[in-house]
Amino acid sequence: MNALRIIVLAKQVPDTRNVGKDAMKADGTVNRAALPAIFNPEDLDALEQALRVKDANPGSTITLLTMGPVRAAEVLREGLFRGADDGVLLTDRAFAGADTLATSYALSCAIKKIKDFDLIVCGRQAIDGDTAQVGPQVAEKLGIPQITYAEEIMGIKSGKIKVKRRLERGIEVVEGSLPILVTVTSSAASCRPRNSKLLMKYKHASTVSERQEKSEDYMTMINERPYLNIKEWSVNDIECDREQLGLTGSPTKVKKIDNIVFQAKESKQLTSTDSEIDELMKELIASHTIG
Amino acid sequence: MNNIIVYCEIDEGKVADVSFELLTKGRKLATDLKCKLEALVVGTKLDAIPPQLFPYGVDTVYVADDSRFEFYTCLPHTSITVKLFKEQQPQIALFGATTIGRDLGPRVSSALRSGLTADCTSLEIGDHEEKRLNKEYKNLLYQIRPAFGGNIIATIINPDCRPQMATVREGVMQKEIVDLGYKGKIEKLTVANYVSDADFVVKIIERHMEKSKVNIKNASIVIAGGYGVGSKENFQLLHELASVLGAEVGASRAAIDAGYADHDRQIGQTGITVRPKLYIACGISGQIQHISGMQESSMIISINNDPCAPINSIADYVITGTIEDVIPKMIKYYKQNTK
Repeated sequence: MNALRIIVLAKQVPDTRNVGKDAMKADGTVNRAALPAIFNPEDLDALEQALRVKDANPGSTITLLTMGPVRAAEVLREGLFRGADDGVLLTDRAFAGADTLATSYALSCAIKKIKDFDLIVCGRQAIDGDTAQVGPQVAEKLGIPQITYAEEIMGIKSGKIKVKRRLERGIEVVEGSLPILVTVTSSAASCRPRNSKLLMKYKHASTVSERQEKSEDYMTMINERPYLNIKEWSVNDIECDREQLGLTGSPTKVKKIDNIVFQAKESKQLTSTDSEIDELMKELIASHTIG
Repeated sequence: MNNIIVYCEIDEGKVADVSFELLTKGRKLATDLKCKLEALVVGTKLDAIPPQLFPYGVDTVYVADDSRFEFYTCLPHTSITVKLFKEQQPQIALFGATTIGRDLGPRVSSALRSGLTADCTSLEIGDHEEKRLNKEYKNLLYQIRPAFGGNIIATIINPDCRPQMATVREGVMQKEIVDLGYKGKIEKLTVANYVSDADFVVKIIERHMEKSKVNIKNASIVIAGGYGVGSKENFQLLHELASVLGAEVGASRAAIDAGYADHDRQIGQTGITVRPKLYIACGISGQIQHISGMQESSMIISINNDPCAPINSIADYVITGTIEDVIPKMIKYYKQNTK
């Protein structure tokens, strides 16, 4: 009765915590291929919230949706290992170079194709852009309300969802009506680990592009177990206005990219010996910098 | 027409600092562009607000006053902002990069199909030539922000869509009154023309707000720790030094991700920007995203066991050593030599 149809939006992101020198292309966009790719941390937190809703409402289903290159199917498998029911990869050159507005447009078109949903959950922001824009923009394009900065989905009852939000100076509990989009912040509970049974079940799940060079045995297996097929949609699979996609559909343009050069100062070098620390402290006190 | 509109946040009857900072920046941009600076306030019992805004050089304050607006919720504020922008056609619209601005801004940008750049650290006016189309654009808003984990600085433009929208974090711009006697006008919006009942579907059931315990932004001394501090226990040493010196404790994003400190202490592009007279960076390597939030400190001391940490290049003093070794020595000397 209370079964809910949940969509989780996930992004595969370059691990910006470990950026090398060759990470940028000449046009100012990111060379994702040069970096380790991970499941965006807050999207993983969002998946956990969705899984908890599913646990509390038996019969609910979670569809994980991502947009990106073929290898972004990795995050879909990761989601299947943790309890998502289904994955959709939205991939096409036509989506490349999209800013947040063009991204949210493409995602909203894919969601319209998935069609029936009660709840969309996604991370507040992705670590490669930190913009926190795609969630609210998807909600606007679908004409549904949004609850951002969610720390916990407290419950869903008779079409109403109760959410605890984490704001700068405290918390706010809000109630909204389904369908709704919720963005989850990093103070939310971390995602559960992979489930070993699900790992065995979905280990060989793949998209059609990933299967191109696979053996016949593999193809036979896929045909026998349809759940191993991760949906892959191109621009031709969704109803959309192509003008609003990718670089063309992006109102923001990167004018230029600069490497950051800080004005290097003439630094005084000290060691940690008592006398050098004492001398520094004496100077700081004398100049009234401290004290 | 084609002015600059700043969305001003009201928090418990007061204008948020970030809004004053945006008005200060907006005034400079409006002067450069020879257009007007306007403000939008949405809330309840707002009579005292416009006179506080005019001294920042605001020409028009649009006021949407209704008892249902006591606390911010997304949809009514979106409806008002979108409709007002459609009527007024501003060329630039600025929002604070707060939980409110980051909830509202993207929704407005989507509804207007115009670009929004988050967390700008600098806003300038400049021209742009699109060679491919042989097209010249005059007086665009350069939206400048660190990107990609803070490893580069990107200049973003919106050549064709209006308004050009940007969010800016609190503390990044400075606030400054331009003229206490500045004369602006008030435009009261007829709320019923801007919102519908459907905008109130999300209701606030409970609110627990605390006065912020942390006041890093205004502290004159900041002791900040990074991932190199190594543990939550070592981080306690920073708190000890801070309590001795009357300082606040800040942290880099890596330290917060590692669980050494709470989010409200984060210094950097996606946290707080500080300009203290003394900044002591402990075990902070100096990612650009961090440096952009503290580089204007008057004096910087870096304590790091890596003599090649990038932050050392902007430090006045570099102490090569460990936190466990250096900080107790600083505390000891200070206690012995001051009263």
